Amino acid sequence: MKASQWTVLGLTGALAVTLAACAPNGEGNGGENGGNGASGGDSLSVLIASSGPAEAGYYQEAAARFTEATGTEVEIVVANDLIQQLGQGFAGNNPPDLFYLPWDQFETYASQGFLEPYAGDLANAGDFLPALVEQFSYNDEFYCAPKDFSTLGLQINTEAWEAAGLTDGDVPTTWDELATVAEALTDGDQVGLSMGREYARVGVFMNQAGGQLVDGDTVTADTAENAAGLEYLQGLIADGSLVFPPDLEAGWGGEAFGLGRAAMVVEGPWINGAMANDFPDREFISVELPAGPGGPSTYSFATCWGMPIDSNTRDSATAFVEFVTTPEEQLLAAEAFGVIPSTTAGADTYASQFPENAAFVAGVDYAVSPVAFAGAAAAVSEFNTELENIANADPSALLAGLQTNLQSALDSARG
Amino acid sequence: MSTTRASARPRRGGGIRRGEARAGYLFVTPAVVIAAVFLLIPIALAFWVSLSDWNGFQSPLNPRVNFVGADNYAAITTEDGLAQRNFGRAVRNNLYYVLLVVPLQTALSLFLAVQVNRAVLRGRGFFRTAFYFPSVTSSVAIVIVFQFLFLGTGAVNQVLRAFGVQGPNWLNDSRGVLHIVYGAFGADAAPSALADGGMLGISWWEWLAGPSVAMTVLIILAIFTTSGTFMLLFLAALQNIGSEIDEAALMDGAKPLRKFFSITLPMLRPTLFTVLTLGLIGSWQVFDQIYVLGGGASILTPAYLSYETSFNEFRWGQGAAIAFILFVFIIVLTLLQRWILRERSPKKRGFAQRAAARNLSEGGVR
Repeated sequence: MKASQWTVLGLTGALAVTLAACAPNGEGNGGENGGNGASGGDSLSVLIASSGPAEAGYYQEAAARFTEATGTEVEIVVANDLIQQLGQGFAGNNPPDLFYLPWDQFETYASQGFLEPYAGDLANAGDFLPALVEQFSYNDEFYCAPKDFSTLGLQINTEAWEAAGLTDGDVPTTWDELATVAEALTDGDQVGLSMGREYARVGVFMNQAGGQLVDGDTVTADTAENAAGLEYLQGLIADGSLVFPPDLEAGWGGEAFGLGRAAMVVEGPWINGAMANDFPDREFISVELPAGPGGPSTYSFATCWGMPIDSNTRDSATAFVEFVTTPEEQLLAAEAFGVIPSTTAGADTYASQFPENAAFVAGVDYAVSPVAFAGAAAAVSEFNTELENIANADPSALLAGLQTNLQSALDSARG
Repeated sequence: MSTTRASARPRRGGGIRRGEARAGYLFVTPAVVIAAVFLLIPIALAFWVSLSDWNGFQSPLNPRVNFVGADNYAAITTEDGLAQRNFGRAVRNNLYYVLLVVPLQTALSLFLAVQVNRAVLRGRGFFRTAFYFPSVTSSVAIVIVFQFLFLGTGAVNQVLRAFGVQGPNWLNDSRGVLHIVYGAFGADAAPSALADGGMLGISWWEWLAGPSVAMTVLIILAIFTTSGTFMLLFLAALQNIGSEIDEAALMDGAKPLRKFFSITLPMLRPTLFTVLTLGLIGSWQVFDQIYVLGGGASILTPAYLSYETSFNEFRWGQGAAIAFILFVFIIVLTLLQRWILRERSPKKRGFAQRAAARNLSEGGVR
């Protein structure tokens, strides 16, 4: 009896010691182990969010080429939910050595001090497109090397275009022309224009009217220019030539376009892949967005290579970023899954190699980044909710709500 | 020697029971450790996070994290702003969800249980399986099926059209159901009395909006998926009611309806409590359906808001605060419900009924 009790006690003790040995060391050592850490800086873990097998496959191959050239092992991890996995990585003190960071999260990460500002030290730091460098700079410091980018363009269903008797000369370059062709294309089950009912589309028209949401430390959402952008869209809605995807039984603009329910949509280069996969028969062209009274404007959406602060794999991770942002690799990526290279040279070559996407590359000259400072997301999604009433609402009332919410978010972000 | 030991024994708690305390502690240790690691420590840590400005970087106990008192709770409950409005909206949505889901799923599951419990029903096994099937299917899969069924041109609207009804664009319709009803009576906009006042940043008019049309789809979905599980609980309880009680009721001349409300239902009280409690807890925590549908103001719930606030905006403190408020909410409502469902005092019911119910619920069900 007594002996068996002590046996149990001993076994329990042994079990506890075993478990303790298995557990990782506590917070004490600062958690510098970015990846598996076994071989110091000679292995990298890279977290990507893949749009499909092509993207993941390209990075597997690129990683193999990089390993061959430098001897550094690279493990490509494809995230199911990038933001959630990053959040867990940072909270658990074990973030990946490099990760995709979308434009809308960048400022939040930078302002919270999660990011290593390595991009300015890259050998090819000067090669990136200026608009992208600006998008991924925080407090004038270039944090995060852009991976690729997209801008918004206007897609035109060529079949519907010809059926409406329109020619190449009619491609709209101004708001008035857009309204005219949208009306001409509206016919029966087909509306002239569609796009997501959200800030990331509607905001472009506010910018084209000469408006902007943030000017330095002040929010300028409730200006007459922004209201003019919304009023223009309200005019199109009233004419029946602009209808949003939910009312066309479509999940997003591209689906409405592919189904032939909208003859024109405002989308980015991802439309090519979506049409090729789901609507291979749809023939269309992408042109630059028409200019408003305030000049041309579009949004650029980009993704960058984020690196966690105080990373102990900084050198090899930097080398990997330099490797995948060379023009050769960027063109391989563009061929594999259709993204536009983030370097000036790469983008130019891309535009000549893929003329159907030249409009997206041209847009980067005047593209601006949608507002994305820390905390802006909640204000923007509130605005998106309010936009459900865009057809009937008073534009200044819509913008007044956005002004209040954005200003308080900006105050707490800068405060 | 032996006498000394014998006299010492009682003081040291010796004898045959000697060492039992040590063995007892030893045997409960694994359970205590597991409870501490997976429950107590995380809850304590989450509570600390809800009082701190932790941004999700490294441990919440690292020295750069500051104590901010009740700021996070204030931001979602008392301070005017978006955080408060979103919380108010989430509570509103979820409140209507609970008010509809809990009674309806309980009633439906009880109804189904009674039906499949009847001896005369042919193919009972088939029906039991059929009704239980949604419960064993992943709710994510069901949400996706529902997404297609409830498209603007989906099957549901096709059926409605056959009856001459033009169905709404279900999941994209953010109008409140009660607002639509008020609209039918000509009340399209908020009367000023309702537009001005409010709670949690939401005007009374918006509180009275009812569930959005999109939320209605999720309500139907929840009732569809959970009623099978609860049917099983009711079925087990029904089968514990002996047939002699049915016969006795029959002999006393009770009609089926009377028998159900005076005999069966009182005897199901413990199960009813279980079902209502589980339903209440589950429906206040609704998350996966909202996550699959990608959120949005019209179907926002506190659980999803907590996730979004934490992971997308790095306001982990606020996210944890929402979770704790939800926790308190659920506890309070469960206690309230327990109080409502308590055994009534004898005066309120007829003597015979009470005696029968007590005897049976003590003897029969357990």
